Amino acid sequence: MTDVGHLIQLLTVLLLAVFVGFEVISKVPTTLHTPLMSATNAIHGIVLAGAIVVTVALFGGGGNNALVTVLAIVAVTLGAINVFGGFAVTERMLQMFRRKENKP
Amino acid sequence: MTAMSITASLLDLVAIALFILGLHLLNAPPTARLGNRLAAVGMFIALVMVLVQTAGVGWWAIAIGTILGALIGVVAALRVKMTAMPQMVALYNGAGGGAAAAIGVVEYYVFVNSGAGALDPIVSVSLVLSMIIGAVSIAGSIIAFLKLQEVMTGRPITYPGQQVVNAFIALAIVALGVWFIASAGTLPAWGFLILLAAALALGVLFVLPIGGADMPVVISLLNSFTGLAVAITGFEINSVLLIICGALVGASGTILTVDMGKAMNRPLTNVLFGAFGSGGGSEPAAGSGGPQNVRSVNADDVAIMLAYASKVMFVPGYGMAVAQAQHSVKALADQLEKRGVRVFYAIHPVAGRMPGHMNVLLAEANVPYEQLLDLDAANAEMPTTDVALVIGANDVTNPAARNVPSSPIYGMPILDVDKSANVIVLKRSMRSGFAGIDNPLYEMPNTAMLFGDAKASVDGLTAAVKAL
Repeated sequence: MTDVGHLIQLLTVLLLAVFVGFEVISKVPTTLHTPLMSATNAIHGIVLAGAIVVTVALFGGGGNNALVTVLAIVAVTLGAINVFGGFAVTERMLQMFRRKENKP
Repeated sequence: MTAMSITASLLDLVAIALFILGLHLLNAPPTARLGNRLAAVGMFIALVMVLVQTAGVGWWAIAIGTILGALIGVVAALRVKMTAMPQMVALYNGAGGGAAAAIGVVEYYVFVNSGAGALDPIVSVSLVLSMIIGAVSIAGSIIAFLKLQEVMTGRPITYPGQQVVNAFIALAIVALGVWFIASAGTLPAWGFLILLAAALALGVLFVLPIGGADMPVVISLLNSFTGLAVAITGFEINSVLLIICGALVGASGTILTVDMGKAMNRPLTNVLFGAFGSGGGSEPAAGSGGPQNVRSVNADDVAIMLAYASKVMFVPGYGMAVAQAQHSVKALADQLEKRGVRVFYAIHPVAGRMPGHMNVLLAEANVPYEQLLDLDAANAEMPTTDVALVIGANDVTNPAARNVPSSPIYGMPILDVDKSANVIVLKRSMRSGFAGIDNPLYEMPNTAMLFGDAKASVDGLTAAVKAL
């Protein structure tokens, strides 16, 4: 049944990551809040990895329900939109933040 | 552990380090771009390791989804206008939440299909939580998108008994969720589907009554929801990578949400349940006939004032975004700087429709970020400012927030433009701002109004300054 030791390990990781997140992100200036939000958005695109894992589980388990297969593809698509779109739009925004000297 | 899974775990560590380093570099504009790229490299490594471990199972489904998603995401990212950035971010965010919800449903089907007797408690709890939060996030994000895109009204949508309905749905979600966990995933399929539907409905209903100036809070909140959903999905599929990424995003979304709430001097509960500006009856200062004694000026007068000032403060708001006037504003600033005027921009944290919205628009127009002042820095400069030019901002400049205790925005930190020597307000008409509150700033002796479309007015000023 449940591996409590493993659960506690995962919770430890979660807790530490939350603290690291607060520490790192609280230093971001308001000027960069929109790119910050869109960059963190891109980072939660890691959910694409989760979508891939369940798709593999579905096919590995002999899932042949068309509706669920479509749903798995939708999960992957949404995750990919999130990752690729997120990083691309952040890059585009950050290109615009320049110093005075760099003015064209 | 096989050699492959050890390699994958080690590379995951590299990816995690790159994510954290990337976020750290987002601290300052000069390094922010490198930060984003490092995070992207981390993402690439993590995803390749996941793909390698699939050993090709279900490859075509993964390929279709990834290629389709990448195309949609990148094309949208390259085409979106900077003024439309809030709704774009809302959509990407919703996509992440939707993926988390869909993962939960697929995982549930795999379990039912496998004929296993019961779900592991860790999996059942995390599955149901990530699905609920993910569904709320995608449904809420879509409504936020529709509001920001102005497909539907951006104003709060309220109806009698709204909070009772929401509370009922929330209760149903809790009951069904507990049932799912208690039955270790063996509840009837209809129970699971109603749970999903209820979570989607709650997402729609909780964003409906929130509108306009409260959008930055909602977008930040939805961002932290998705982070949370992703972290919990990590527990569901036993992935440290997802847990860490989700936690980082959840932390960032929470910080931004709290910041936005502070900048409006309103607790989160008030934003979520208050339906600001919807005429609750308890707002004595709201819409009391509008100010009468305003002074209107023409572009030439303002141009002279600006050209012979030594310090000018631009105060942009959502109106600048709507009129797409950021490039015109920069052109005016260039003209003034040529004449030796020092130019700054005062950015209120909740100006616009998402955190940092104004900064991105001005950056697009090539305004150097050193000239963008946040609330405290801008207010420190106000008393020595010759002209404050308010462009499409209203409530964030309303001195009633400082000195009218009965005002609904009393206590909200504002930009003290009234403390500068002269205030010029660019405004389309005398209509009140989003909150529907009169702005006494407009009747002050040092304030003058320049009526018209923000972009046309600024262009007019630039031409007039040039002609001097």
